[in-house]
Amino acid sequence: MLVEAWQFIVAHPDRFFAALLRHVELSAGALVIAIALAVPAGIAFAAKPRAALAAITLANVGRTLPSLAVLALVMPVLGTGFAPSLFALTLLALPPILINTCTAIRQVDPEIVDAARGMGMSRGQIVRGVEVPIALPVIFAGVRTAAVQVVSGAVLAAYIGGGGLGDFITAGIAMMALPQLFVGAVPATLLSIGTDQLFGRLQKSMTPKGLRA
Amino acid sequence: MIELTDLTKRFPGAERLAVDHLTLTVPEGEVCVLIGPSGCGKTTTMRVINRLIEPDGGTVRVAGRDIMAVDPVELRRSIGYVIQQIGLFPHWSIAQNVATVPRLLEWDEARIARRVDELLALVGMDPAQYRDRFPRELSGGQRQRVGVARALAADPPVMLMDEPFGAIDPITRARLQDEFLNILRSLAKTVVFVTHDIDEALKMGDRIAILRDGALVQYDTPEAILARPANGFVESFVGTDRALKRLALVRADAALEPLVALAHDHAVDSGTSLRDALAFMFATGIDALSVTGAAGTAVGVLTVAGIRRHATTPK
Repeated sequence: MLVEAWQFIVAHPDRFFAALLRHVELSAGALVIAIALAVPAGIAFAAKPRAALAAITLANVGRTLPSLAVLALVMPVLGTGFAPSLFALTLLALPPILINTCTAIRQVDPEIVDAARGMGMSRGQIVRGVEVPIALPVIFAGVRTAAVQVVSGAVLAAYIGGGGLGDFITAGIAMMALPQLFVGAVPATLLSIGTDQLFGRLQKSMTPKGLRA
Repeated sequence: MIELTDLTKRFPGAERLAVDHLTLTVPEGEVCVLIGPSGCGKTTTMRVINRLIEPDGGTVRVAGRDIMAVDPVELRRSIGYVIQQIGLFPHWSIAQNVATVPRLLEWDEARIARRVDELLALVGMDPAQYRDRFPRELSGGQRQRVGVARALAADPPVMLMDEPFGAIDPITRARLQDEFLNILRSLAKTVVFVTHDIDEALKMGDRIAILRDGALVQYDTPEAILARPANGFVESFVGTDRALKRLALVRADAALEPLVALAHDHAVDSGTSLRDALAFMFATGIDALSVTGAAGTAVGVLTVAGIRRHATTPK
């Protein structure tokens, strides 16, 4: 079966690499947008206890939504194709990053922040120089969760015409063509595992030296 | 010099004033200890000086400048700040921690590196050994040394210290108190020092301000507070052993009686406190001993009766 899947890839390299590229584009795009939105939002909410609680509660609700449901809910509003898929995947990536950023910033020892203020750091200097670096390992753990979720979730983009490796899987299921199904499923699985490994390493290298156990 | 005039602070929702019309002047180069029971306003008063807390009324002048006319961030860079939990930045090396304020003031790197080594040496830490370590690799006492070095980095004329030795074991604390007192004196810093430990206050303070419910109860030298407590509150606050505490503040050479022909078996150095001398006399069962001066020769005699006269409260 795997041999047949391999033969399929060799026979249709353009289709395979286009789908793989689309898969990575969707995932990376959604992750970058989610980081750009959720990290600053998490930092901003962390300063206000009530806003933080509301944001975390909302994000937790968002987290419980099944990935396919999110994609399905987006379709009637935004239609099908790349953009709606990107939008849905971004929604999927937001909660873990938002929750981890908000929590991590709030967990920074208040004595350290007090010392920073007392020595004459401005609010921006405290955020950039003290709070974010100390919170970074936890923020990055959220990014890692989001990355794996997005790479896995991107398989479902095929259902709303977003493309990616999911195309082979849906086609394979529809036609009961197992080799073709494997062409999508195996690389998608490897991509998820690889993403988790990669981000795990990044997380370690991003932890400031003084905070490493 | 730090001048607080009619300083008032009420926290939102609080019934009484946290700081109640407080007027206090800390002369240039002196250590002023703020002390009192929890909730007396000592920490609040200190935190107003670098505008970590904004006052509701009254004025604060540091070196003649009204602090409300200065940008708070600029103000704080000109005032050293040390807190109990030290607040070292865990993700920065010891050198980076000490360099915090010089970096904010944008000194050049060579000057910062020189200053860091100078300060680590000043607080008794070998720069080569500790420069590149991280806070979690140091003991509590070492961290507090770094905390003080960091506060001294940009050579601020004024230092605020909030229970800096609170979290340190008694033996290390006593040593750090002695060392930092020497450093602060030799650098002629004007210091506001918050503590709840009366012994620490008596040891560290040139003057002690005793606060209660946000108001100043007594502001005087340690000797005067022990000799003439303003009221029953101060009297109970300094403790029933205040006569002995006074003796701890007096050097042997201040209670000398003239040498008589009689030779004494025991002697103490002229810098010994009367309390230590008395303890020594009780322990050895003697009534009198010689006091030796810097040259090692006897300069006078100390007697139990003479010490007792020093312990009695002058009316």
